[in-house]
Amino acid sequence: MLRYVARRTLYMLLALFVIISVTFFISKALPGTPFADDKLTPQIRKQLYEKYGLDEPILVQYEKYMLNVAQGDLGNSFYFESRPVSQMILQRLPVSMFIGVQAVIFGLVIGMVLGIVAALRHNTLWDTLAVVVAVLGVSVPSFVLGPILQYWLGLKLGWFPIAFFESWIYSVLPSLALSVFVISTVARFIRTEMLEVMGQDYITLAKAKGLSGLAVILKHVLRNALIPLVTVMAPLTIYLITGSLVVEQIFAVPGIGEQFVQSIVVNDYSMILGTTIFFSVLFILALLIQDIMYGIIDPRIRISGAKE
Amino acid sequence: METRHRELDPRLFESVEIDAYEGERIAGPPVGFWKDSWVRLKKNRGALISLAVLVLVFIVAFVIGPLISTHSPYDQNMTQRYLGPTSDYWFGTDKFGRDMWTRVWAGARVSLYIGLLAALLDIFVGVVYGAVSGYLGGRVDDVMQRIIEILNGIPSLIIAILAMIVFNPGIITISIAIGLTGWTFMARIVRGRMIQLKDQEFALASRSLGASGFRVVWKHLIPNSLGLIVINLMFTIPSAIFAEAFLSFIGLGIQVPEASLGSLISDGAGELRFHPYLLWLPSIVFCLLMICFNLLGDGLRDALDPKMRK
Amino acid sequence: MAMNNDNILEVRDLRISFGTYAGEVQAVRGVSFDLRRRETLAIVGESGSGKSVTAKSLMRLLPEANTIFKGGEAIFDGRDLLKLSEKQMQRVRGPKIAMVFQDPMTSLDPTMKVGNQISESLRKHLGMSRAKARERSVELLKLVGIPNAEERVKQYPHQFSGGMRQRVVIAIALACEPQILIADEPTTALDVTIQAQILDLLRELQEKIGTSVILITHDLGVVASVADRIAVMYAGKIVEMGTVRETFYDPQMPYTWGLLASIPLPTADRSQDLIPIPGSPPDMSDPPKGCPFTARCPYAMRVCPTEFPEYTTFSAEHKAACWLHHPMAPNVEPPARVGGTR
Ligand SMILES: Nc1ncnc2c1ncn2[C@@H]1O[C@H](COP(=O)(O)OP(=O)(O)OP(=O)(O)O)[C@@H](O)[C@H]1O
Ligand SMILES: [Mg+2]
Repeated sequence: MLRYVARRTLYMLLALFVIISVTFFISKALPGTPFADDKLTPQIRKQLYEKYGLDEPILVQYEKYMLNVAQGDLGNSFYFESRPVSQMILQRLPVSMFIGVQAVIFGLVIGMVLGIVAALRHNTLWDTLAVVVAVLGVSVPSFVLGPILQYWLGLKLGWFPIAFFESWIYSVLPSLALSVFVISTVARFIRTEMLEVMGQDYITLAKAKGLSGLAVILKHVLRNALIPLVTVMAPLTIYLITGSLVVEQIFAVPGIGEQFVQSIVVNDYSMILGTTIFFSVLFILALLIQDIMYGIIDPRIRISGAKE
Repeated sequence: METRHRELDPRLFESVEIDAYEGERIAGPPVGFWKDSWVRLKKNRGALISLAVLVLVFIVAFVIGPLISTHSPYDQNMTQRYLGPTSDYWFGTDKFGRDMWTRVWAGARVSLYIGLLAALLDIFVGVVYGAVSGYLGGRVDDVMQRIIEILNGIPSLIIAILAMIVFNPGIITISIAIGLTGWTFMARIVRGRMIQLKDQEFALASRSLGASGFRVVWKHLIPNSLGLIVINLMFTIPSAIFAEAFLSFIGLGIQVPEASLGSLISDGAGELRFHPYLLWLPSIVFCLLMICFNLLGDGLRDALDPKMRK
Repeated sequence: MAMNNDNILEVRDLRISFGTYAGEVQAVRGVSFDLRRRETLAIVGESGSGKSVTAKSLMRLLPEANTIFKGGEAIFDGRDLLKLSEKQMQRVRGPKIAMVFQDPMTSLDPTMKVGNQISESLRKHLGMSRAKARERSVELLKLVGIPNAEERVKQYPHQFSGGMRQRVVIAIALACEPQILIADEPTTALDVTIQAQILDLLRELQEKIGTSVILITHDLGVVASVADRIAVMYAGKIVEMGTVRETFYDPQMPYTWGLLASIPLPTADRSQDLIPIPGSPPDMSDPPKGCPFTARCPYAMRVCPTEFPEYTTFSAEHKAACWLHHPMAPNVEPPARVGGTR
């Protein structure tokens, strides 16, 4: 188990290293920094270059950059004069987290119920419903769903505000827009997994012991079907990250995603790269936690360190 | 003997050639893999309808749409802004008075084009990588797999965003950005299949007859993995289409005055309050594409590989 | 018909089909047999002949979704198993009838400790406390010959080898000392030396507990060493049935001849004598209306494909269904390879 965790951690660190290096070299290759402005005198430009350390040899810059990033220093925003990127990110994190976590909780609950019912009532109306939701959920992206919700629940029915973030009620539509994909992913996953497990020999054996249908489901089917659900954690994290970019934009939510999109519009490169690194760390952490959790709940990995 | 026997025609007890009865009982010629799959696919109504809709969208987007319209997707006409669907402008006009009908189909063309290009890249990078890794095995495979494991730790859409910032945004950049990050899944699947197949008898037989490694892979292993590859492509395509629309939605993809479904949806979302048709039309076409590709993918998976049913 | 006191189970005219996309698959087409107290009845036959379906239908473990019950009865304890409610059936499974499956690698729940998998039925049917059930599971593991049982109950299935897992499955089946044990190819997935150990174990435990066993297999060697009686199945029907002695030394049906010719004799030079039966069994979604073996039978006559033959009785136990026993049929001697076993 320990070796397994160590190996996974190593890969994740390597991936992180690759990403940060890529962002660094990209930042060097960028077509125009804000300081390429012709209106600046060479004098001022030189001062600026010195201030941001842009005049040193590239490898020195690289080393400095890596060290800074390792300490959580993502540099200063080009656009909002010298405000630290990491501070700006952390400031906006709570709002994004709130909307994302709310969407995941809602999506997990509804998705699990739907998936379980669909599998237990295989080939009935419930099952069809789950399949339809699953296909719609992966086919209708949040940037289509968001405006639909805005139009229908916000403008037509007037139930929820359609923009900004002032109280909980403002979070409903953005979370809902994000959660449909979660619902469909989870429902589809659980349904497939349960149908698969229910066809296994060990379920027949459990029935052959004379256990009641409910006991078979609770003790054997669900246990085996839910373990692999851990593996949707990383994909869901990456979905929430990318989803937050568009959903926060649509609903004018002051979160990290909205800030990221704005920084693209104004070419705030240090902000873009910093946020990219932050997103990558988030994703890699999710991946790592996912792998470790899988190892903890699945005895096949916990004990022998590998799946058969 | 206690059993009572009925009187029967003695001729019934003449012995007969076995073949006579064997011939009678053979159900029909054995059906090939692809034919068998097609039979199964035909039973799946959702997949068939999706296929038909996709073909239709293809024809309308590339041929009929532009041909039967007298407008161009780029001509601005400030006197005819926000027209709403009329008999002249079937899908209405946008805030610059541009014809939405032709713009939506131009966007659909971009989506379809991206989907196909991503599929090609998936084949050239993913299949080749997986085949090489799986067929060679040993150390090479080890290293190649470790590389994939590292790549899987990199959030691909975020990398695509960076690529779009560095290089000139445009259809080629988008395709490459999406294609370069999306192939690892295919590589894993193909590798797994290669490993499973390469020690089977037909491959061994072919190798023992002196066939080169390349020949074995190309003539035996790839054809036997084709079902799996096709299934996977059917899921690469909608995710590439999604990725392009996503990038265009946040302003990083196709640049004005070109149109993409993503950028049209983004524009439409801004006009929601007063001109909702600008959102509905591109959204409907986009979701239709996505739903059809996903349903067709599901159908193909069930048809080509019944065991993989998910 | 009154139940014979010696019989613990009487199966009459069992018919089971499955609804599939290719049509109705008639897996079992009128199977009748008795199971005596404390005996071992072997059911043999090629793959797909309906052995497992017969067995699972007695436990009512066939998938509800596509199983079509066409008729028949299975009298156990004066009740028809096939008509019991699901609740009543749950009280039969485990303490009355238990089952061992073919593949030990997939028969155990990978996420549950072996001890708990044994305790489950003890607690449910015998009402044991957790501690008592645990104690008993250790005893059971010892009984089936697993060393270090105290440690082993706390382990997961993947920490056991195939043979050990099958022992665990047997321990689960025997936990409540059932009256009938159905073993569906319990040794097919194991290698030869382990096979012998498992069979010995089954026989030993049968004597200890006094269960009746239905042993399903396609290995006639296994039958010879453990069974009392044998039922030969072909295409969803029993084509010959008798004591092992009678059936092996005096087989009465060309399919049985073929089966016997296809097993290695312990004495003979194996490489020369094995004769597989040419051809393959019929498609059960459209079974032949006559004798299903006709297409592969070297002695086929015109009458064979027209109607399924009646059973001819040769002794109190021995009967076979074959047109060759009709008085009007020509006299046919079994082939030398089979005759040699006489
Ligand atoms: N759930 C099911 N759905 C459809 N057909 C089935 C099902 N279960 C069994 N069958 C069919 O019923 C027939 C008999 O199967 P069965 O499993 O009883 O064979 P068997 O004699 O046990 O063979 P084997 O020696 O391979 O275990 C086969 O043709 C099989 O395909
Ligand atoms: Mg079987």
